[in-house]
Amino acid sequence: MDILGHLNYWVVVFLMMTGFYVVIASGNLVKKVVGLNLFQASVFILYISMGVVTGGEPPILRDGTDVYSNPLPHVLILTAIVVGVATTALGLALAIRIKEAYGSLEEDEIHLKETEGLNDTSNHSGESAGGIDG
Amino acid sequence: MLAAIMLPLIGAMLVLLAAARPNLREFFSIATAVVLCVDLVWLASHVFDGDMPSLVLAEPIPGFSLTLAVEPLGMLFALIAGFLWLVTTIYAIGYMRGHNEQNQTRFYTFFAIAIAAAMGVAFAGDLLMLFVCYELLTFSTYPLVTHVGTPKARAGGRIYLGVLVGTSMSMLLLAIILTALEAGTLSFVSGGIFSDASTTMMLGMLLALFVFGIGKAALMPFHFWLPAAMVAPTPVSALLHAVAVVKAGVFSIMKISIYIFGIERMATLPAAEMLGYVAGFTIVVASLIAFSKDNLKARLAYSTISQLSYVVLGSLLAVQAGVIGGTMHIVMHAFGKITLFFCAGAILIATNKSKVSELDGLGKDMPWTMTAFFIASLSIAGLPPAGGVWSKWLLAQATVETGQWVLLSVLLVSTLLNIGYLLEIPVRGFFKRSIDDHRYNEAPATCLLAIGVAVLMTVLLFFIPDPLYRVASMLVR
Amino acid sequence: MIDEQLSVLAVVAPLLAAPLCVLMPRARWSWLLALVASVACFAISVRLFVLVQSDGMIVTPLGGWAAPWGIEYRVDPVNSLVMLIVSGISSVCLLSARLSINKEIDSSRQPLFYTAWLLCLSGLIGMTVTGDAFNLFVFLEISSLSSYVLIAMGRDRRALTASFQYLVMGTIGATFIIIGVGFLYLATGSLNMADIAVRLPDTIATRTMESALAFLTVGMGLKIAMFPLHLWLPNAYAYAPSVVSAFIAATATKVALYALIRFLFTIFGYQFSFVEMPLSAILAVLAVAAVLVASTVAIFERDIKRMLAYSSVAQIGYMLLGIAIASQAGVTASIAHIFNHALMKGALFLALACVVYQIGSVMRDDLTGLSRRMPWTFGAFTIASLSLIGMPLTAGFTSKWLLVQAALAAGWWMIALLVLIGSLLAVVYIWRVIEIMIRPPAENAPRQEAPLSLLAPAWILALANIYFGIFTGINIGSAKAAAIWLLGGVS
Repeated sequence: MDILGHLNYWVVVFLMMTGFYVVIASGNLVKKVVGLNLFQASVFILYISMGVVTGGEPPILRDGTDVYSNPLPHVLILTAIVVGVATTALGLALAIRIKEAYGSLEEDEIHLKETEGLNDTSNHSGESAGGIDG
Repeated sequence: MLAAIMLPLIGAMLVLLAAARPNLREFFSIATAVVLCVDLVWLASHVFDGDMPSLVLAEPIPGFSLTLAVEPLGMLFALIAGFLWLVTTIYAIGYMRGHNEQNQTRFYTFFAIAIAAAMGVAFAGDLLMLFVCYELLTFSTYPLVTHVGTPKARAGGRIYLGVLVGTSMSMLLLAIILTALEAGTLSFVSGGIFSDASTTMMLGMLLALFVFGIGKAALMPFHFWLPAAMVAPTPVSALLHAVAVVKAGVFSIMKISIYIFGIERMATLPAAEMLGYVAGFTIVVASLIAFSKDNLKARLAYSTISQLSYVVLGSLLAVQAGVIGGTMHIVMHAFGKITLFFCAGAILIATNKSKVSELDGLGKDMPWTMTAFFIASLSIAGLPPAGGVWSKWLLAQATVETGQWVLLSVLLVSTLLNIGYLLEIPVRGFFKRSIDDHRYNEAPATCLLAIGVAVLMTVLLFFIPDPLYRVASMLVR
Repeated sequence: MIDEQLSVLAVVAPLLAAPLCVLMPRARWSWLLALVASVACFAISVRLFVLVQSDGMIVTPLGGWAAPWGIEYRVDPVNSLVMLIVSGISSVCLLSARLSINKEIDSSRQPLFYTAWLLCLSGLIGMTVTGDAFNLFVFLEISSLSSYVLIAMGRDRRALTASFQYLVMGTIGATFIIIGVGFLYLATGSLNMADIAVRLPDTIATRTMESALAFLTVGMGLKIAMFPLHLWLPNAYAYAPSVVSAFIAATATKVALYALIRFLFTIFGYQFSFVEMPLSAILAVLAVAAVLVASTVAIFERDIKRMLAYSSVAQIGYMLLGIAIASQAGVTASIAHIFNHALMKGALFLALACVVYQIGSVMRDDLTGLSRRMPWTFGAFTIASLSLIGMPLTAGFTSKWLLVQAALAAGWWMIALLVLIGSLLAVVYIWRVIEIMIRPPAENAPRQEAPLSLLAPAWILALANIYFGIFTGINIGSAKAAAIWLLGGVS
């Protein structure tokens, strides 16, 4: 009963962890962005779920309804979606630029090129070797 | 008082402006030093009459301000540092030109800044100001230590800075902040600032932090920066590492004993006695090391380490004779040691020799220098007719008063050691036959002048120690 | 009347100027516009700072909607100080931006650069003034997104990967923050910070509140670069355009830290954050680890920008430590260090901007003889470095003093000692650089001092380090007022 009642939240947790896992485990930059997206989307659902009022109608003014769902989270999440879209766009744009600069989207290949391919002067001017021992 | 700090700074600026014209630059150096001396003497005439002006500069930490205040001990230190700055500047002109040093403008500039910092230490009215000037002194002398610019000089500079900054930032700063919390004030007050509520344990720990945290006092095991700093040109070693910097260290310890702890309170601390043994250990061991050093400046450096601990010991004994003796020793040792360094530098520029074993027979070529060296050595060892005898006498008296027989024997043994390692040099110079037949000239005239002035003061202080004694005893009245 | 709208104006001025920058036909004009907007913002901040000092908090409801429903901007002793430093640093950095950016970014992309800069500034100011938890998230994202863009504009291609890494970690952090804010809303039904604070006592110590605190702390921790969540920072600082490093290093993490302070003290309150939750211990351990580990890494770093980046991680440790002590003295130290650290890191990075402009490299070994080749740049760098190691008479000394004093007063002996040891590590890594700079240069190395418009901003900040190390009415005085404001009765 309780488990089903919290179904939304379980979905949220599942999505969140999936997204988080993709971000961490995937070496592909585009997949990382997708994972990030999934991660953010789970939070949207969390907010929407919060706004639900038991037995409430959608928050639209019309006759015969007294109980509304809370409209505020919807508004908030609208903003968050916009932010999410912007983040995704920027992430993908960066991915394109990285592909241009390194010829790859795989994290390990890029890392290799950063450490060894320093004499490749295609896109950086005159910087000498720097340790990548972060 | 503020003028005493500003004058050297103005001098530094003038020196910098006159960089292109060496004669004008040196004139500015000397002129500033003369004006500073006049200012200090004028100030001293007020202070020794009992007038103690003070001045609040700023309040960087809420509740704790930067103040300047004159008291006899600081005045004395300022007088020596200012006067010897004048003497050293005269000497330096001969030395730097005789030795064809590079970057002389930078040298004179930072020298003046270092003196300003030393004046700040002398006139600090509270621990915060003392700390500020103490650190300034460290950083402003760094370019002087590494003046030559060789890898060896840089390595020496690194040790110099590492030890001095390391000890002061970890222990001295900690001690000052703890004092601020414990006493609620940082001002120097006659008789101390701690209330009876402060435990012996706490004060003992504070005292240890202060004594070790003031690395400039070169108490073992934080002494090795001093030999490392000997890579500096000789005038720097002479003024800074025999007078201004190291004396700033022992002066700070003395000042903290008198005005932060108060000697009555100090006398009750077991920690003071334990630290006294550390000082005694330093006195003997540093003398022994000095014996083994063939390099003249290194030998003098270890001798300085040993002599500094006399002053530390004097303040830790926490009796009248100790404090007066320690204070007098600051002065006596300053004149004695600066003479020795001047002589070492004079020998270096005249003969290009820096090892003790090379000095055989030099007394014939450089009679003035060697005679001065002899007299100064007597002063350091504490024998008549040189001033050092009085301060050692008082310190010995203090050990007797407190019943510290071990420390008394330390003082006596040390005197024997001093005679051994210092008098060896004039003995070699006058009585041994030189290895080669090469003849050398005496050092440049300005160098000899400086040596003469310093050695004259040493002798004068033997015959007329009374004014100094009176001033020193103002501290414990 | 105008005074009440000032806080809104401070956010709106750069926000409106930002799109105009794109429309400017010449890069130089957009620079000028950006500078004017930033200086205007600074002027407003000064005015607000003065007003708050004399009259106390200024509340501005947006669009006439009263508090719990509408968004309101609140300027109080805490954020007026942060505003001052953010807009001030932005203006100074922009001063040197023109030449530096001309050299590092194509002129066609420069208007976009200034747009992103203004958006970032607007977001940071917004984060500081807003009194609404969700609004804070929105501004956080505005500033973050634009800072990703700014960093990606670095001329090294590694700037791209650095920016991407920052984007991933920053977004995770921001998402954690909205989750936290969501929980707060769930528990209290309000998004207004003051309102939440009023309602919280009824619902405090529930699981929801505990997880809200955890999410917010971790989320903010990511933006602050709290150890060990700092991995994005070194590369981001190292490969961003020089002035961007200066701007971001001096402001972005500081504002996030401010937000954390705001959440911990104003919203959750001292009692919940530090008495019922073990935040003191957690933050203290992380802070000390940050100081020791990051300082040690900095010693071995050959790229000076990366070295300073690690130093930032360590310095952030100091600020977090002040928060962890959670006493009035601790928070004072923390806020004062926010201010002082912005000055020193700003000056250091701007001095490096001069170096990059003239020499084109910030590798340690390429800077041999800098004291002769670029004496003025070297001077500014040295002053700021001395401030960083906490040399007396500089701003760095005062904040170190306050922090150690606070730690000792709280009885945290070990921590105080570790702080001092940390500052010795700073001496080591800074001195390694200075020592190389004062070596005699190679024979053929010309004297190549940077132009005045690059030097002046670096020197303004370097001198500010000295001024605020001696006359501390503004930084420490108001930090203290801020701490009293935040902690109220708790001493």
